[in-house]
Amino acid sequence: MIAAVLSLTLLGALLGVVLGCADRFLRVEGNPLVDEIGALMPGSNCGQCGFPGCAGAAAAIVAGSAAPTCCPPGGKALAAAVAGRLGLAVDLSALADDGPQIAGVAEELCIGCCRCSKVCPTDAIVGAAKQIHNVLREACTGCANCVDLCPTEALLLQPVPPTLPHWVMPKPLGA
Amino acid sequence: MGILTTFKDWFGNDWGVHPDDRKRPAADAAVRVMPVPERLWLPLQQHLGAPARPVVLVGQRVKKGQLLAEAQGAVSAPVHAPTSGTVAAIAEITAPHPSGLTLPAIVVDADGADEWGERVGCADPFALAPDEIGRRVAAAGVVGLGGAAFPSSVKLAGAARAGVATLIVNGSECEPYLSCDDRLMRDAAAAIVDGIRIMRHASGAARVLVGIEDNKPEALAAMAAAAASCAEIRVCRVPARYPMGSEKQLIQALSGIEVPADSRPADVGVIVHNVGTALAVRAAIRDGQPLISRLLTVNGGCVVAPGNIEVRLGTLAADVLAFAGGLHGDGLGLARRLLGGPMMGMQIPHWRVPVVKGTSGILALAADEAAAGDADPCIRCASCVRACPVGLLPLEMSARIRNDALDAAAALGLADCIACGCCAYVCPSRIPLVQYFQHAKGELAARERARLRTDATRKLAAQRQERLAREASEKAAAAARRKAERAAQQSAAEKLVQGEPA
Amino acid sequence: MNPNAFAAAPVASPHAHGGGSVARTMRHVQLALLPATLHGFWLYGWPSFLLWLLTILACVGWEALALRLAGGRRVGAVLHDGSALLTGWLLAMTLPPWAPWWVAVVGGFIAIVVGKQVFGGLGQNVFNPAMVARVALLVSFPLPLTQWVAPLAQPAPGFVDALQRFLGGAPVPDAMTSATLLGHARTELSRGVDLMQVLAGAPPSSLSWLGERAGSFGEAGALLLLAGGGYLLAVGVIRWHAPFAVLAGLAVPAAIAHAVDPARYLDAGSHLLSGAAMLGAFFIATDYVTSPSTVPGRLLFGAGVGLLTWIIRSWGGYPEGMAFAVLLMNALTPTIDRCVRPRILGRDRRGRPLDLPPGSPRQ
Repeated sequence: MIAAVLSLTLLGALLGVVLGCADRFLRVEGNPLVDEIGALMPGSNCGQCGFPGCAGAAAAIVAGSAAPTCCPPGGKALAAAVAGRLGLAVDLSALADDGPQIAGVAEELCIGCCRCSKVCPTDAIVGAAKQIHNVLREACTGCANCVDLCPTEALLLQPVPPTLPHWVMPKPLGA
Repeated sequence: MGILTTFKDWFGNDWGVHPDDRKRPAADAAVRVMPVPERLWLPLQQHLGAPARPVVLVGQRVKKGQLLAEAQGAVSAPVHAPTSGTVAAIAEITAPHPSGLTLPAIVVDADGADEWGERVGCADPFALAPDEIGRRVAAAGVVGLGGAAFPSSVKLAGAARAGVATLIVNGSECEPYLSCDDRLMRDAAAAIVDGIRIMRHASGAARVLVGIEDNKPEALAAMAAAAASCAEIRVCRVPARYPMGSEKQLIQALSGIEVPADSRPADVGVIVHNVGTALAVRAAIRDGQPLISRLLTVNGGCVVAPGNIEVRLGTLAADVLAFAGGLHGDGLGLARRLLGGPMMGMQIPHWRVPVVKGTSGILALAADEAAAGDADPCIRCASCVRACPVGLLPLEMSARIRNDALDAAAALGLADCIACGCCAYVCPSRIPLVQYFQHAKGELAARERARLRTDATRKLAAQRQERLAREASEKAAAAARRKAERAAQQSAAEKLVQGEPA
Repeated sequence: MNPNAFAAAPVASPHAHGGGSVARTMRHVQLALLPATLHGFWLYGWPSFLLWLLTILACVGWEALALRLAGGRRVGAVLHDGSALLTGWLLAMTLPPWAPWWVAVVGGFIAIVVGKQVFGGLGQNVFNPAMVARVALLVSFPLPLTQWVAPLAQPAPGFVDALQRFLGGAPVPDAMTSATLLGHARTELSRGVDLMQVLAGAPPSSLSWLGERAGSFGEAGALLLLAGGGYLLAVGVIRWHAPFAVLAGLAVPAAIAHAVDPARYLDAGSHLLSGAAMLGAFFIATDYVTSPSTVPGRLLFGAGVGLLTWIIRSWGGYPEGMAFAVLLMNALTPTIDRCVRPRILGRDRRGRPLDLPPGSPRQ
């Protein structure tokens, strides 16, 4: 009885010391996963996720306080990549992803105030003062920063229309 | 089939399937030529590669064979007017594509005169330089007529550059129902052989192998007779087995060469062209005729008078069907509308879809011909493994795709899938395997595009941050400079004030 | 909404189908089992028929219950595929012909609920359900599972008599019991009697082809099972690789060992014709769900089943080892499937693209 208690206590103490040493000498400063996930994020720091920038969102995802699906501009593709990297099971079908969205300017409403172009994280809005602005489709991440600022509600997020070369065969039903 | 093949089959090399070919009686009916309809819709993209760019204006009068849209980019093909008339519009029309999306097309209203424009033929094509033939083929807009619609001139030029030894002419036509290649070989064997010789000249190949499945004895006999005088052309009988007409399978069956997965046939010294393409090349070189019409099969249980019909490109499938005698009971028993064959063809939502260069058939299948029914669970019978001509494990791949593990499916060789449909054809559980694979391929491509886009936007965001920082520091520097200048001015003024009394 | 869009989601190619179905496959297998089954009825009389019937009813009943409890939408459609019926049939073939009613009901429960539905239903199970039930019954209830009635036992019970015996669970009268060849050999060997003496009085093995001997309900008609297997090969439901490998894996070591020490080891013919060798080779080792999906994998799997059967028969604690061997190899099936993969066209076995052949233009 006493031998058993003693041996277990000893074993516990020994392993405790080993763990303590490991914590002291093998400590990793910062989580490399955060950087890795951060590299996957859009990097536009748009703030739609509610975290301070993409690095903040990456840290929150790694910490588990945010879902891999929290990034709207990244959409399904990003969620799948992040979940794959973290080994998480994510229900992608639950993600409200109507395909990627981009901003569009209603030309009859735009007054050329330049407010939107100042906040665009990727400089996707072009246009000088008093000129009608336009959105570069290739550069817009659909972060919606500009939408709220527009005084005439000329900016709206629109789904990217499906095109022939980019069309994807739907997954079979009833599967 | 030799003893060795039989022996290999015993040990599991019996790839492919033997579907009921249903080619007759349509294959035995004489070819009908459809008159030019009142209006033609010519999509700007009828080929693999970049779409063509229109060079005509709305309202302009065009002659038959006149260039409507020019090729742009290295892999592209021009579009020509199939008849004389007026350009009515450049409008959207439903694409010959399973999505049912539209694509831009040049609309030509026929004037009924069907009057040719200028044509530059050539009496002796063998006097032309090979690259000149390539240029003329490119200008005529000839693409592979077997279905893939890859620009033929690109293939010929690539073959000449690579120095291929063998030209394989694909007359196997392994898809059920389709018989247009069969019909061409029976009716125009001499012209096809002439076209083959021109292609051989252009590609620089030493020998030509013509592969024809043994379920087409008439075509085999006609081609053998026509090629009898050409020592370098050999007409070969290949066993009827789907997908024998698939490029890599045909190459292996005829020449024994297995094309490596990351290479093209030209890399191993082989190019493959369709028999229809040979005819189009001949017309382009000898008569200077661009590709403005093609032979296609109208077939299926719902068609009143199935057969092969010579159709101008841009004709709507609805008009072709009407010419072919319409559908039984006005399409009451129609289960599926298809362009191409039943194994790899695509479903279309309605008949207002134009015939393009790659349209080999229009099928109206009745309910008892079309695959349908709910999928049962996979019983792992491995029929799909046996049937797969590429050596994949369709059951394993589809199980992974079903659980959205697309990367795991890719690791099993999804990219090597040729979507031939053998696996789904034999599946006793009727699992839509090909749909799983196409979905996964599309989804993986979309993810790759999203990744590239994210990389690009991240770069833009970083550049913007850099610019903002630079502007801020420039502003700060300017402010400091102004402050210093002001301070200097002030002190100078003070000095002036102080010094004034002195 | 785009007016051009499909009313329903688009359907991908192929638009033609070969016409095969799960139900059709199962019907072929049932047809192949029929001759041996009828032969069994003739040999063992009404009790065997009742056992056969109840085992099948139990399996179908448990399947229906499990599907309903799982909330499946297509209970009727799934039952229609005939897989539960086939499982029950195969299980009945492996039971002692005069086993009591509760063996059938418990066996059906183990086969369908524990062996199949717990894993997720058709196509998901790791182990062959009939073999799971057979082994579980043998280990749990050794007595009723090893009472072999002599073939054509006299007096043959009438229907009412058989029903009473079946429901009452009375043991087989001693006068009517008999030992299987493998069981007999095992018992005598353990008593120290060598096989030469044991088999001296036994009928020649050529008689075994006709199956007039004691044993499981379905194992007697080896020739009829072989004919059933031949039918399945002919209609293409099974392929020759797995059965051939099972029989070879059993016969080759048996022949070698018998040649070395005939007093200790049975000859290959006795092994092939006894016990569940034929049933196992043509109907169990060819089970789609629990066997590998590639040709080399099936050869490996079958050889493993045959070899393990011979090892268990020769040195194990039970006289018959087919069921154990099948279960052991079932457990290896996912590993075999992972390791043995077909070569992809244009790639080598490791999945790397082939080298260009010598003399090709772009090397």
